[in-house]
Amino acid sequence: MAPVVVIAEQLGGVLNDVSLELLGKGRQLAQGLGEPLVALLAGDQLDSLAASLRTADRVLLLEDEGLAHFTPDAYEQVLAEALKDLEPRLVLIGNTSAGMDLAAGLSGRLNWTLAAYCTDLRVEGTALVAVAQLYGGKLFAEVELGTSAAIASVIPGSFPADAVKSGEGRATVERLPVKLPPGRVRFHELIAPETSAVDIKKVPVLVSVGRGIGGAENVEIAEDLARALGGEIAASRPVVDSGWLPKARQVGKSGMTVRPKLYVALGISGAPEHLQGMKDAEFIVAVNTDSSAPIFETAHIGVVADALEFVPALTERLTAGA
Amino acid sequence: MNLLVPLKMVPDLVEELTLNEAGTGLDRDALTYKLNEFDDQALEEALELKALHGGTVIVAGLDTPDIDQVFYTAIAKGADRAVKITGQFDPLVDSWTAAAAMAPVVASLEVDLVLAGVQAPDDLYGQLPVLLAGRLGWPHVSVVSGIELDPQARIARCHQEYSGGVMAAMETALPAVLGVQAARKTPRYAPISRIRQVMKEAKLEEVAAAPAADGGRPKVRRLFKPESQGHARMLEGDVTSQIEQLVGLLAERGLLKVRV
Repeated sequence: MAPVVVIAEQLGGVLNDVSLELLGKGRQLAQGLGEPLVALLAGDQLDSLAASLRTADRVLLLEDEGLAHFTPDAYEQVLAEALKDLEPRLVLIGNTSAGMDLAAGLSGRLNWTLAAYCTDLRVEGTALVAVAQLYGGKLFAEVELGTSAAIASVIPGSFPADAVKSGEGRATVERLPVKLPPGRVRFHELIAPETSAVDIKKVPVLVSVGRGIGGAENVEIAEDLARALGGEIAASRPVVDSGWLPKARQVGKSGMTVRPKLYVALGISGAPEHLQGMKDAEFIVAVNTDSSAPIFETAHIGVVADALEFVPALTERLTAGA
Repeated sequence: MNLLVPLKMVPDLVEELTLNEAGTGLDRDALTYKLNEFDDQALEEALELKALHGGTVIVAGLDTPDIDQVFYTAIAKGADRAVKITGQFDPLVDSWTAAAAMAPVVASLEVDLVLAGVQAPDDLYGQLPVLLAGRLGWPHVSVVSGIELDPQARIARCHQEYSGGVMAAMETALPAVLGVQAARKTPRYAPISRIRQVMKEAKLEEVAAAPAADGGRPKVRRLFKPESQGHARMLEGDVTSQIEQLVGLLAERGLLKVRV
């Protein structure tokens, strides 16, 4: 038996959606390989979370008050011990902030092959094949994970979460012994996002700016368009890091996940981290000078143009009346 | 305090990426290289920490195309030493190989804290900061900002960023490796005149890489461009025509009426 193991992730007692996505995919792979599916979760007071993982064949908990909050050091250590005993064929981890620490950390500790940024996995005969995103989404790599234990870190949102209905399964929940190492990394506190007058998650129209707009002085033309469309301004990470707009306006992996009716992306190349936060918008219009920008793979409508020329003209047309 | 920043060249993604004949990698000759943008963030943060606490900023990188220029630029910005790790490296050296080559060098330099770019666009085998920490046996935290040093207590404090704008405040004992997401301010520019001066005066140090054992990496069958059936419908014509088409599409979907 060489199971498929899903390392589930929780933050402050809430299960990350990616865990259910991985359980769905993990079930498919486990069936293809003729192996069991194991869910492995570390934390503290995990009873209610464990119930949502019971579609796996086994649910294993690493429970200790020292694991109440994620620290790479302690989590890596206890998960590595558990994985060694499980001798899995494949370990699935969400490519989240914590997942980045864990996937490469476990790969290093256990000397197991790792494929990062996976968007798909499949069984071909006895082989496991992963598809991973590279170069900001401009290319994908198809890689063979070999026949011994391997780790795949999977970009959240790659698989549907509703393949697994929480609480449906009947797997028994087992607790594994936990031996915590003296902690070199210590958790202090969770810091909630700064509050803002506008919650971009609740706005039907977002005009979002990326580095391609060139400078803070050009944010205004996007604000004008947002006003003309009855929406709000948002931004990609580099724009926020440069201080052109506040953090509360940031869309993407480390910002907000938004699903507006209309998302206008101006000068946003479409890095995977940004797409993660907006790809489920109902209607996406992208304006970019680079016709091969990955944003055009996700957008519904694409315009190859300089946003600084296109946007003021569009705003003028909209304010002149349809 | 000795702060070390690994620097790595990556393909400039603004340029077209061309595959090699076998379709298993990029055509090296057709590439333009640039410094990984997260490495630039890590360097900026290291220079800011040096301004606050003193100490030395060492930049280190593998001998790959254009790395000398990046070293000179880093020195012009304020780095104290540049260490080039020599050996036969693929211009697109992967993170696994880079970590293996870099770890013994970092271990030999009495480094207190490694500030590394959290990721690079070609990290197929995992991210350098974590792989490097693993080889050094040092603690690591990825996706961090807001770094503070306490040299007396020998700890670094940082914020690990999660989705939805939530962050965890953590601290790690030193030595450690932090995967830097963003510096406290936009990376500085070095004037060309200063870089030219550095090129005349500064000396790059060289250390030969120890041969690395193989392993750890899955086999790449092929690289491919994203399938285009999900591609956007592109609006053709001049700007006026594009705008008319777009306004029509928005009106069709009732999106010109979504007003608050």
